[in-house]
Amino acid sequence: MRTDLLRVLVPAFSFALLLGVVFWLQPRTMSYLGLNLLFNLAVPIALATIAQMIVIALDDLDLSIGAFVSFCACVTATFLNDAPLVGAAILLGAIGVYALVGAVIWLRDLPSIVVSLGMSFVWSGLAVLILPSPGGAAPEWVRAVMTVRPPVLPMAIVASLAIAAVAHLVVMRSSFGTALRGVGGNARSMQRAGWSVLSLRAGAYALAGLFGVMAGVALVGLTTAADANIALRYTLLTIAGVILGGGEFNGGRVSAIGAVIGALTLTLAASFLTFLRLSNDWQIGAQGAILILVLAVRLVLNRRESYR
Amino acid sequence: MNAATETVPLIELRGAEKSYGAVRALTGADLAIRAGTCVGLVGHNGAGKSTLVGILNGGVAPDRGAIVVDGVERTGAHSIAAARAAGLRCVFQELSLCPNLTVAENVRILHAGLGGWGWRKRAGRLIVAELDAIFPDHAIAPGRVLGDLSISERQMVEIAIAFLDVAAPVRAVILDEPTSSLDGSRAADLLAHVRRFVRRGGAVVFISHILSEVLSVTDRTVVMKDGRIVADRPSTAFDVSSLVQAMGSVARESAASRPLRSGADAPILEGPGDFKARAGEIVGFAGLAGHGQSEALRGLFRQGSSDWIAGHVTRAAFVAGDRQVDGVFPLWSILWNATATVLPRLVRRGLIDRHAEAAFGLEWQARIGIRTPDMAAPILSLSGGNQQKALFARALGSSAPVVLMDDPMRGVDVGTKQEVYLRLRAEAEAGRTFVWYSTEMDEISLCDRVYVFRDRAIVAEFAGPDVTEANVLAASFRSAAA
Repeated sequence: MRTDLLRVLVPAFSFALLLGVVFWLQPRTMSYLGLNLLFNLAVPIALATIAQMIVIALDDLDLSIGAFVSFCACVTATFLNDAPLVGAAILLGAIGVYALVGAVIWLRDLPSIVVSLGMSFVWSGLAVLILPSPGGAAPEWVRAVMTVRPPVLPMAIVASLAIAAVAHLVVMRSSFGTALRGVGGNARSMQRAGWSVLSLRAGAYALAGLFGVMAGVALVGLTTAADANIALRYTLLTIAGVILGGGEFNGGRVSAIGAVIGALTLTLAASFLTFLRLSNDWQIGAQGAILILVLAVRLVLNRRESYR
Repeated sequence: MNAATETVPLIELRGAEKSYGAVRALTGADLAIRAGTCVGLVGHNGAGKSTLVGILNGGVAPDRGAIVVDGVERTGAHSIAAARAAGLRCVFQELSLCPNLTVAENVRILHAGLGGWGWRKRAGRLIVAELDAIFPDHAIAPGRVLGDLSISERQMVEIAIAFLDVAAPVRAVILDEPTSSLDGSRAADLLAHVRRFVRRGGAVVFISHILSEVLSVTDRTVVMKDGRIVADRPSTAFDVSSLVQAMGSVARESAASRPLRSGADAPILEGPGDFKARAGEIVGFAGLAGHGQSEALRGLFRQGSSDWIAGHVTRAAFVAGDRQVDGVFPLWSILWNATATVLPRLVRRGLIDRHAEAAFGLEWQARIGIRTPDMAAPILSLSGGNQQKALFARALGSSAPVVLMDDPMRGVDVGTKQEVYLRLRAEAEAGRTFVWYSTEMDEISLCDRVYVFRDRAIVAEFAGPDVTEANVLAASFRSAAA
């Protein structure tokens, strides 16, 4: 219980701290519109981070998620807009390919890093074929969903809460989620207990693919157009988000709520640096510094916990 | 014979054979497990017990022979799922739960029938009730993450999960070294539960290297040797020495007590409380499991090493007890596992000298008797006892004057233990110091001096002839009795 709690508390606290500083630097962000602007780009990142978290829960790493989200964005801005049925079929097929990749990694005992790195070139290539130059258009309904103005809280916050809640239910609370984290913790004992690790892994990868598709669709809803390289940086962002959110690279130790907080924190860190009027050249480095700081705090707390 | 032996066995093996490559793990085993009996299974590591258990629980398919479940031949159809459906459960030697999940979630994982809304609460209630029944006053909450529990608590959870009735009733439980991580009183709790379970009509296969335990709890004892069943008799027909004889290893002669070392030598190692160790001493850490012995050892190790600089001069070497967690490098060969601490010595011009490394491997293979045709084979191809020998080679082969041992004999067979004890003696005579945490009294009595731990502190020290079971037990339990 205590380790679980710590896993979520540290990212939540660092997020609150960063948010407080941003509010202080730029009080105008403390409004309905301000919050929405601050966080609306976090929605697709949060979805992709959940996808990455599911894969990390299996003791794997997905280096193709950025390319995959870009591919899905391109499909959304073209096929899903022009011929919804064909577009939906392509996206469904993409989820199927994700499941297949999960199965092949297990069957052939391959390193997931290598397979997903290879797949990232496949997705990137397909994205370029579909949309050689930036363009396309967001389907009406996607645009409508992403620009909806719910009462009290802006869309970005409501969506983040919803993503966290759904992911928590599916990955942390449900039987399936427990089993897939069990695969990350001790695949052999899962087999001995009579579970099919193959179908669990395929199912988990399919679920990750589904979240990836949702990330691509949501992204196009915000940007209204797509580009084959639109989400390439997501690969590293999502990994950072999962780890920042209290997840660990191995052993199936992840937190869904933490992952969403991690994604929000990374988005916020970018705005924070902009408000500091830090030049673009330094922003990536400064973002890295924030990441290191938060991880260091967690490490210290974890150590104290285990030495006691 | 009595009525129990005339009933149809729950599960029966007839002439089961299994080979792994050139190794014949099992050569024609006949075994019947009947309701209402407890069968003991003893033998060396590598005698074929694990293979036998694997075939019973459906994880391993025999090359030849028949599997009969409830009188129906199921040879081809036997699988893990089929075995579970027939009410057969298994607790494995190495802890096999998911450390990242909570106790309740682990219950869910091992009991597929526990689905539906609110499974978490139900699983929690079930496991706590079962733990209460087997291990009174256990204080394990179902929401705790398993990795946060001590190794003996984890073992208790695993045992309780195996005895849990979910969907189908439990009819037979295979316990593979269930007491190896439990202290004396918890082991007694378990043995009492096994007897209760058997009286209610359950069947138990009990595998242990603690022979007195096997003889006290079982009705029938099966002795295995080199993949064959060499004896299958009522347990009353055996005593410890006849059992050891049947297994084919030499009976343990009581360790000749050595003259006490003079207290004048300057201590080579000092630690928490009154702890001191001198050159050439074997110092024991005794007491109930989980009372701070492992932590004290780790503290001593940290004193003698640096987190930052991997020096050529190591003051202390460590032999881990929890092989899976902090012992073996599972992807490496036996040789690489054995040379991990001595690599700095085997380096020439910045590169590892392969010939020197291989020579080191051969030397220690011979010295400590690692049973393998090829030191380059993967470490996991060895049986547990032989893996542990490779870890001993890793520590003993280093130049460290102090060797710290964290209950290293967990689940190791009697023969291997004897070989290692002799080796330790020889090394101590040569001036090396050993600090040895053990949960087994036999091993504690081999020590020159013993510190007894209780509640994370040293509460007593015994030396030479005072190192007796009675003294150590009295010191470990004093507060419990008061």
